[in-house]
Amino acid sequence: MGEAIVITSGKGGVGKTTTSANLGTALALQGKKVCLVDTDIGLRNLDVVMGLENRIIYDLVDVIQGRCKIHQALVKDKRFEDLLYLLPAAQTTDKSAVQPEQMKELIDQLKQDYDYIIIDCPAGIEQGYKNAVAGADKAIVVTTPEVSAVRDADRIIGLLEKEENIEPPKLIINRIRNHMMKSGDMLDVDEITTHLSIDLIGIVADDDEVIKASNHGEPIALNPNSKASIAYRNIARRILGESIPLQPLEENGKGVFSKLKKFFGVR
Amino acid sequence: MKKRPNVTIKGTKDGLTLHLDDLCSYQDLKRELDSKLSAGYRAHEDRQLIPVRVQSGNRYLSPEQKEELRALIRQKKNLVVDSIESNVLTLEEADKLHEERQIITVARMVRSGQILEVPGDLLLIGDVNPGGTVMAAGNIFIMGSLKGIAHAGCKGDDQAVIAASSMKPAQLRISDCYNRAPDHIKSEEKHEMECAYIDQNRHIVVDRLQSLIHLRPDLTRLEGGR
Ligand SMILES: Nc1ncnc2c1ncn2[C@@H]1O[C@H](COP(=O)(O)OP(=O)(O)OP(=O)(O)O)[C@@H](O)[C@H]1O
Ligand SMILES: [Mg+2]
Repeated sequence: MGEAIVITSGKGGVGKTTTSANLGTALALQGKKVCLVDTDIGLRNLDVVMGLENRIIYDLVDVIQGRCKIHQALVKDKRFEDLLYLLPAAQTTDKSAVQPEQMKELIDQLKQDYDYIIIDCPAGIEQGYKNAVAGADKAIVVTTPEVSAVRDADRIIGLLEKEENIEPPKLIINRIRNHMMKSGDMLDVDEITTHLSIDLIGIVADDDEVIKASNHGEPIALNPNSKASIAYRNIARRILGESIPLQPLEENGKGVFSKLKKFFGVR
Repeated sequence: MKKRPNVTIKGTKDGLTLHLDDLCSYQDLKRELDSKLSAGYRAHEDRQLIPVRVQSGNRYLSPEQKEELRALIRQKKNLVVDSIESNVLTLEEADKLHEERQIITVARMVRSGQILEVPGDLLLIGDVNPGGTVMAAGNIFIMGSLKGIAHAGCKGDDQAVIAASSMKPAQLRISDCYNRAPDHIKSEEKHEMECAYIDQNRHIVVDRLQSLIHLRPDLTRLEGGR
């Protein structure tokens, strides 16, 4: 019986899809059987970031409305031997085509066959969000070091804390720019984690390689040499229960290091 | 045997006090009140309003009965009811009073979009984040950072105060007064252990916590003690 993790943020464009793709890839690299589920109905793009767009035949709405079996809709990632699959979102239907109970049923079914179900959540707090969290056991909240993104993360955490079936959410701070944090022009890691008061599970640098990789349909996690890749791989290992200190990415000096002790050192 | 009167009227320097017998029937009481007030106090027609305190002893007066008595007294030209006091409460009123006097402890974060409201005093262990709101009919004490909105005395208590370990609110409201944070706060300023209250000019002022000791001695509920 696997576990389902929803990747959410409130604010749009902070890196949910990028995080979903890379955590899924990194977990598969660790030998886990993973299914990515894109719930951003109408605005799907997890398939593009994964480079799987042209293999899509059926989608999530087809499965839910009984037009096909789950296994017919799952797209296999050929880079992995039978470890990584994607259930794509529908491009044409609108969000109301799916209800939370139906999502929960679907995710429960997937949990029979996969170790991890990674659910890519759409932005916002409406129907799409409710569908995405319906079947989840755990949640990861993605934010960037901007006041507006942190504010929306706070709102989402408040909603997630009301979900009885979901464990307390964990935090990823994405697109960190060292020079701006150092100069105080950006919120720093300490400020954000204290403000949101949930556990930090990883930080990811703002890295042009991420954008390049996404555009080629090759998640950065496949490239062992980039900073962002290491960050995603480390998050995957933390999800698996290893206690890995925050990398000095991270080259971030004292701020991050003091956090690392607080959040991972004593586990 | 000379019967004790059901209504006794006393003049004080603040006006009149009416003592109402609590054993006679309500009808008798009303009749006697009407006749006594009509008899004695017509002479003052051109004088200013006289405030009246009504004391009903151990008689329970329903809101309708209180209204009736007020109306009856108001008819007497220059008399106006200031207060109606009774020694007795219904169970419901007692529960409500108890609730209003209680300190309710809550340990959690109040996040963006959330509202936490309590009937008495609030003791919050956690932060109020920007976009979050806490409200209390009484005082608000926050062991954490206040970065959102706090509204103390929200049912109209001017004496209510707000205290926080870290006071960086978006807005403070006490009773019907409010003030907002300056548009540019210097982030270096710590604002630790501060309180807010309404001053004589009905402005909300923020001060160090210790000033409450003198400004709001009623906050101390320990009786006797040393
Ligand atoms: N660490 C990073 N460094 C550089 N660019 C990044 C990083 N993370 C994400 N991006 C870029 O930011 C953009 C938005 O990312 P993404 O699509 O993952 O966000 P999202 O939260 O899924 O957005 P939406 O709310 O629209 O679904 C993309 O162009 C992506 O390549
Ligand atoms: Mg997305």
